[in-house]
Amino acid sequence: MKLNVNGQNHTLDVEPEMPLLWALRDELDIKGPKYGCGIAQCGSCTVLLNGEPVRSCSYPVSSADGQQVISIEGLADKGKLHAVQQAWIDHQVPQCGYCQGGQILAAVALLKKKPQPSDQDIDAAMTNICRCGTYARMRTAIHAAARQAGGQS
Amino acid sequence: MNTTALNRRRFLQVSSSTAASLSLGFVWPNAAMAADQTEVNAWIEIHSDESIVIRYARTEMGQGSRTSAPMLIAEELEADWQKVRVVDVPAHENLSRKRAYGDMASVGSRTIRMSQDYLRKAGAAARIMLIEAAAQRWSVPVGECKAVLGHVLHNPSHKKLSYGQLAAEAAKLTPPKDIPLKDPKTWTLAGKPLPRVDITDIVTGKIRFGVDVQLPGMLHAAIAHSPVFGGTAKSVDSSKVDNRRGIVKVINLGEFVAVVADNWWRAKEALRDVAIDWDNGKNGGVNSAGLMQYYRDGLTQTEVATSRNDGDTLAALQAASKVIEADYYTPYLAHATMEPMVCTALLIDDKLDIWASTQNPESTLTSAAATAEVPQENVRVFAMQMGGGLGRKGTQDFTRQAVALAMRLPGKPVKLMWSREEDMQHDLYRPASLVRMRAALDTSGKPQALHVRVSAPSIFSQLLRMPLQNGIDNQAVACFPDHPYAIPNTLVDFAMRSTHVPVGFWRTVGHSQNPFVRECFLDELAHAGGQEPLAYRLSLLPNNEKANRDRSMLMAVAKAADWDKPLPAGVHRGIASVDGYGSWTACVCEVSVSARGEVKIHRVVIGIDPGYAVNPDNIQAQLQGSVVHGLSAIFWGELTVKDGRLEQSNFHDYRMMRMNEMPKVETVIAPTGGFWGGVGEPAQAPLAPALVNALFAATGKRIRSLPLKNHGLSLVKA
Repeated sequence: MKLNVNGQNHTLDVEPEMPLLWALRDELDIKGPKYGCGIAQCGSCTVLLNGEPVRSCSYPVSSADGQQVISIEGLADKGKLHAVQQAWIDHQVPQCGYCQGGQILAAVALLKKKPQPSDQDIDAAMTNICRCGTYARMRTAIHAAARQAGGQS
Repeated sequence: MNTTALNRRRFLQVSSSTAASLSLGFVWPNAAMAADQTEVNAWIEIHSDESIVIRYARTEMGQGSRTSAPMLIAEELEADWQKVRVVDVPAHENLSRKRAYGDMASVGSRTIRMSQDYLRKAGAAARIMLIEAAAQRWSVPVGECKAVLGHVLHNPSHKKLSYGQLAAEAAKLTPPKDIPLKDPKTWTLAGKPLPRVDITDIVTGKIRFGVDVQLPGMLHAAIAHSPVFGGTAKSVDSSKVDNRRGIVKVINLGEFVAVVADNWWRAKEALRDVAIDWDNGKNGGVNSAGLMQYYRDGLTQTEVATSRNDGDTLAALQAASKVIEADYYTPYLAHATMEPMVCTALLIDDKLDIWASTQNPESTLTSAAATAEVPQENVRVFAMQMGGGLGRKGTQDFTRQAVALAMRLPGKPVKLMWSREEDMQHDLYRPASLVRMRAALDTSGKPQALHVRVSAPSIFSQLLRMPLQNGIDNQAVACFPDHPYAIPNTLVDFAMRSTHVPVGFWRTVGHSQNPFVRECFLDELAHAGGQEPLAYRLSLLPNNEKANRDRSMLMAVAKAADWDKPLPAGVHRGIASVDGYGSWTACVCEVSVSARGEVKIHRVVIGIDPGYAVNPDNIQAQLQGSVVHGLSAIFWGELTVKDGRLEQSNFHDYRMMRMNEMPKVETVIAPTGGFWGGVGEPAQAPLAPALVNALFAATGKRIRSLPLKNHGLSLVKA
C-alpha cells in the first residue's frame, strides 16, 4: 500500500483493515491524529483525505491507498501557518489541545467549501467533541480566518 | 517480531535526539550548566543571549498554569516576557533536589493559589541578586539601582547592564532572606491577558501528549479489566491470537489482561479474541436500582457523622409551622478525558523510565518505584502534556499497570493505552449522591433551621483509604457546612455509602453536585415565601468577610446579566452563587422551554472572584470551559450499573455537548484582592443551580435530579 502523507510518499505493509489512524500513528509515527473513541464519534482522529475530512479511526487504510493525507503536522506551508492555525493562536483557542488538530482540519475543510461560513454552517461542519469546551473560541476563530482569507482575495 | 533490548545508555542518547525529543519536557539540562547559561536559582536560568528559562513544576492539561505560574516569576524578576522560555521540571529532578520545586500535582485548582508565594519570591530574589551584582560592579549603592525589563539601571549615571551580563555574578551572591513582594496593583505583566506559551506547538501538532511517546523498539499494550468492578481473570486462552501478526505477548495479571503488540490496534483487536474467564467476585448482581435503595436508606439512617451542628436544628424543625423538604439526586459521572489513560514504562535492570499523562508526577514516581521494587532514585518520570485530566489522571492505577507490564518485558519500552471503552467502564467515577434538605421557615419566609443529610460515598475513604476526621468526607458534604447564609440552626450530617463502584475526583468534585442541591433548595425556600430569588439570597447573607464576597459576586453577575431588566416573553432566568477552591462564583442563566421540552439557553453569565487574576484571558477560557463541561453533565451525564458492571461504554451512549449546542457565555472576572483562589474548577459550581432555577422559572416544575434528559428535556441552540 502507498500513502502520501503531508507531501511525503510512504509504502506500507499492513493489514488492509487496519484503520488509517493506526497506520499513521504506529507505523509512520505521525502523531497529530489522536485516538479518542475508535468509533468515529469524537473526531480527534480527523485528517484530510484528498482535502476531505475523515475520521481516521474508522477508515480502513486500504481505502486510502494511493491517496493524499494531510495531518495537522502538514497543514502549515513551508513554515507559514494556515490562516486557521493563525486564527487559533490569535484567539487562544486550545486548552489541552488533544482534539485541536482534528478541529483545525475540520475548520480548514469547511472554509474550503464555504469561504464565508454562517454560524449554521459552522454548527453543521464542526461536529468534533472538545471536552475542555473551546467551542465559543473556535467559532470566533473560524469567522476570523474567513475574514482574513476574504481580505486576501 | 524483532525488538532489540536497549541498554540504558544508548536509550538516553536516542531519547535526547530528535527521534524522541518532545517539544516540551526533554530539554532539561542533565549535566552541569553550559558556559553561556547560569542558574540564578532553582526556577530561573539566564543565558548570555538574554533569553531566560523559567521552570514550571506542575503539569499541563489545558488549565493554562504553564503560562500563568511563570508569569508570576517573570513579574517579580522584571524579565522581558518576550525572552522567556518555559521548561517543565521532571519529577526526578525535584526528588534529587530535595523537593526544591515543592508540590508538583495539578489538582484542586491549586497551582497558582498554593505556589504563588514561593514563585513570586523566586523571581524577586533573583531580581534582588541581579541588582546587587550590578551595584557591586558599578560600586554604587543598591538603592540607586533598579531593574527594568531584563536590565539593571543606575539612573544617576545612566549606566545599564543586561541580566545576561550580570547573571554569573548574581548567582554567586547569597540569596536574600528578606524578600518583599510587589503590591499586585503595581503588576505590569501579571494581570494582563497574555497568550499561552504552548498554543503554537498545539496548533502545529508538535506538542507531545502521553499517547504520542515514541521510542525505539517500543511495544504497545491494550488491556481488559474485569467487566464487574473488582473481579479477576481466572484463566486466559490466547491460542487464537498467539501467532497473529505483531502479537508479542498475552499477559494475565489477574486484575487485568494485556495483549502486547507492535501496534496498538493489533493489540486491541487481538484482545477481543482472547478468551478470558472472569471471576466476578461477589458484586455480579449489583444494579442501579439496588444502589439507589442503599442511598435512600442513608437518608433515614440513625448512625451518621456530623459535619456541622449549630443550635438545635431537629427541635426547631419539629416546632416549626412551615417545613420545606426535598430530596436531590446527582448521578455517577465519568471523566472521559479525550486522551484515555496512558503510560509508557521502560525497565532496564533496576532503572525505570516513565512517560505518563499524569496530574501528579511525584505520585507517578513513587507508584512506579513501589511497583517495580526499585529505589526511587532509579526512576525518571517525564510528565507529558495531558489530553485533559479532569481529576482522573492524579490516580496512578495506569502507571502501576504499565510498570507491571514493563517488568515482564525488561529492556523494552511498553506503552499502555486504555481503549475508550476501558476508560469509561473502569473510571474512578464522580460519586452519585442523594441529599435530603429540610428547612423550617418563619412567618417572614426566612429559614430558621436547615438540616442537610448527605447519603453518598467518600472518595477519601474509598479511593485514598484515608481515615476520615469525625467520619466526614469534606468533598461529600462540600458547600453545606460552610454555607454563608444566616440560619440560626444548621445541622449537616453524612451517611457514608460504600459500594463496589470505584469513585474519584472529577473536576469540581463535591462542588460539581452539592451547589445544585443547596442553591436550588434555596430557590425553593424563596418561592415558598413568595420572594424574589436574588433579593432573598441577599437578605440571607450576613455582614462578614465571606458572605460579603458572595454578595459582591452575586451583584456583579446580576448587574452584568441585567437582572433588573425585563426579559423577552417566554424567556426566564435563574441565579446561584457559591464559593469553592478559594474563589467566589455566581451564575445567571436565561432559558426558554418549548412544549416539547426543548431548552434554549439564551445566555449564560458566569463570574468569578479569584482574589487575583494572573492571566485573565486564561481565566475566561476556564469559565467558558467550565460551562461546557457542566452542561454535558447537566443534560446527559449519567452512568448506570447492571449486573455489577457499567452499562455505558463510549461517546455514543455517554453524550458530550458539541459546537451546535454551545450557548452564548459571558464572563465576569472580578478580582477583589486579599486572597488567592483557584480558577480551573470553581466556576462549574453555580452553573447547574442557576440553570435549573431558570427552568423552574420557565416551567413551574422543580427538577431535583440530574441529568435533565431524564425529565424529558433536550438542549437546542438558542
